[in-house]
Amino acid sequence: MHADSTTTRKAAALAAFAGLDREPGVAKPDPILVVDNVVRRFGGLTAVDVAHLEIQRGSITALIGPNGAGKTTFFNQLTGFDSADEGSWAFNGKQLKGVPAHRVARTGMVRTFQLTKALSKLTVMENMRLGAQNQRGENFFRALVPGSWRQQEDEITERAEELLERFKLNTKRDDFAGSLSGGQRKLLEMARALMVGPELVMLDEPMAGVNPALTQSLLAHVKDLREEGMTVLFVEHDMDMVRDISDWVVVMAQGAVIAEGPPDTIMSDQRVVDAYLGAHHDAPMSAEEFEEQLQEAEAELEAEIEEKA
Amino acid sequence: MDWNAILITTVKASIGLETVVYALAAIGVNIQFGYAGLLNFGQAAFLGVAAYGMAVTVATFHLPFWLGIAIGLAATVVLAFLLGIPTLRLRADYLAIVTIAAAEIVRLVFRSVKFSSVFGGSDGRQNFSGDFFAMNPYSPGTYGIGPISFNERVTWILTVGWVLIAICCGLVYLLMKSPWGRVLKAIREDEDAVRSLGKNVFSYKMQALVLGGLVGCLGGFLFALGQASVQPDLFSTEFTFYAYTIVILGGAARVFSPVVGAAIFWVLLVFVGNTLSEAVSAGMLPSLFTVNNIGAVRFMLVGLGLMLLLIFRPQGIFGDKREIALDAR
Repeated sequence: MHADSTTTRKAAALAAFAGLDREPGVAKPDPILVVDNVVRRFGGLTAVDVAHLEIQRGSITALIGPNGAGKTTFFNQLTGFDSADEGSWAFNGKQLKGVPAHRVARTGMVRTFQLTKALSKLTVMENMRLGAQNQRGENFFRALVPGSWRQQEDEITERAEELLERFKLNTKRDDFAGSLSGGQRKLLEMARALMVGPELVMLDEPMAGVNPALTQSLLAHVKDLREEGMTVLFVEHDMDMVRDISDWVVVMAQGAVIAEGPPDTIMSDQRVVDAYLGAHHDAPMSAEEFEEQLQEAEAELEAEIEEKA
Repeated sequence: MDWNAILITTVKASIGLETVVYALAAIGVNIQFGYAGLLNFGQAAFLGVAAYGMAVTVATFHLPFWLGIAIGLAATVVLAFLLGIPTLRLRADYLAIVTIAAAEIVRLVFRSVKFSSVFGGSDGRQNFSGDFFAMNPYSPGTYGIGPISFNERVTWILTVGWVLIAICCGLVYLLMKSPWGRVLKAIREDEDAVRSLGKNVFSYKMQALVLGGLVGCLGGFLFALGQASVQPDLFSTEFTFYAYTIVILGGAARVFSPVVGAAIFWVLLVFVGNTLSEAVSAGMLPSLFTVNNIGAVRFMLVGLGLMLLLIFRPQGIFGDKREIALDAR
């Protein structure tokens, strides 16, 4: 029964992408997130410069790129953890530029972090409960009257227990989160994000530092998110994982989106190969090319000398 | 050596005015630092503005006592906002720097010559506690068990003090068991994670700063009333550091740790101080120690004792060793 629904959801996601152009910024049939001209500069360095990007609802989209491509910075901007210098982006049609991180999360766009942020001195259960939204007991004055939040707390606990069971953390319920292993922390962080009730889950390197035995279970959990109707956008370096679970891949290099496409063909795209390995990686340089580069370099040097003089 | 006298003063110190004042200040620090992870190094300023707010209202402007209390409370809240608004969005270290500087600014303004007509310069203000002691239900006499007894004024102030401590501990207990307290503790661990879960971190940090300041300011009122006088140098930075020592001694993020910590801290100080001075006057110590320098020696010995305690019991008296072990990972 589970396998059936997997195939249908995956098929639906794949059908949405069928016949799409491979160009960066290609329009999707039903985008949940639309990004326009987002720019982030650190002094003279342009870390992010994304002209247009759409994320298809109900799909698993991977965001890949070489180190320093600006993936995490881009993530931080979309989720309100860093401010963008220019541009706009809309989640479900709601403009999010300048919206602080906690409000972004409340709209249903929830992220995890590359370096897991388990709240060490809280128990696993407390970590989970924290994720629930609109808690009455989180108001200072109502907190003083336990009767006003007890019932809601019980409901939250019940929901948390279901999620913990699903993520196989139920035996760790009352342990400090700080005592979990790296992989268990990743699971806890994902489960905690689900407590928020997100529509779009943004995972920043979900596989970083996870032991191989847990990788499969983590992959299955990510696929489950799509089965439950959520949209997933994740940053990842591990291409095997990207090929395994993503429906669509967006490639960033030097701050810009350079290509998009389905996971099985994206790595053979010339632009992607160039971005990862450099434009001249496999062709031996001809004598003319060498001469040309030499002249270019000389011209540059001369220009520099003239400028100084 | 008059061991009897040493014993009596030591027992009295465990519930005395200093213990009450420092316990309230430390409960405030425990809310801010122990639970929310805010490094407020200006707790002395919160007590100072409260004490001065009340004293100046009554002594300088001859307004009613309760208005003085209201102004003291208001001044504390204003100070918390002044310190919090620019710094709570930044990293924790900035709050520490700003609060320690602000505490000194507050103290120096109180003792400045320029404002001595209002704040009374380095002499401070007196003659404001009349209304408070007029409410004293105890008739003149001494109250207590045998030699451990206090006169009616001290009994009244200690009664009020311990009732306030009980209320504050109850408040902290209720709050920290609630989802509100959970958010606070989570902010201490990692505020970005809390933000990513849709909580307004800035607002919670501000609430913690204001609440901790308000609890501390009750200690400021009692300090001023108990001594029937305020002086600027009572609210120097050592005051804040003693409050931190007390919190860490008792064990951070525990409801009763500031109270027990304050009692132990003052018992140690008074016991060591009195024993030393008795020993000096009995000629039992080398001539290196004199009546003039045993005050400093007392702090050295207490400091040594606290160091040993933290080496052998780093989690404090009430702390959980497992939590300290987590930090080492």
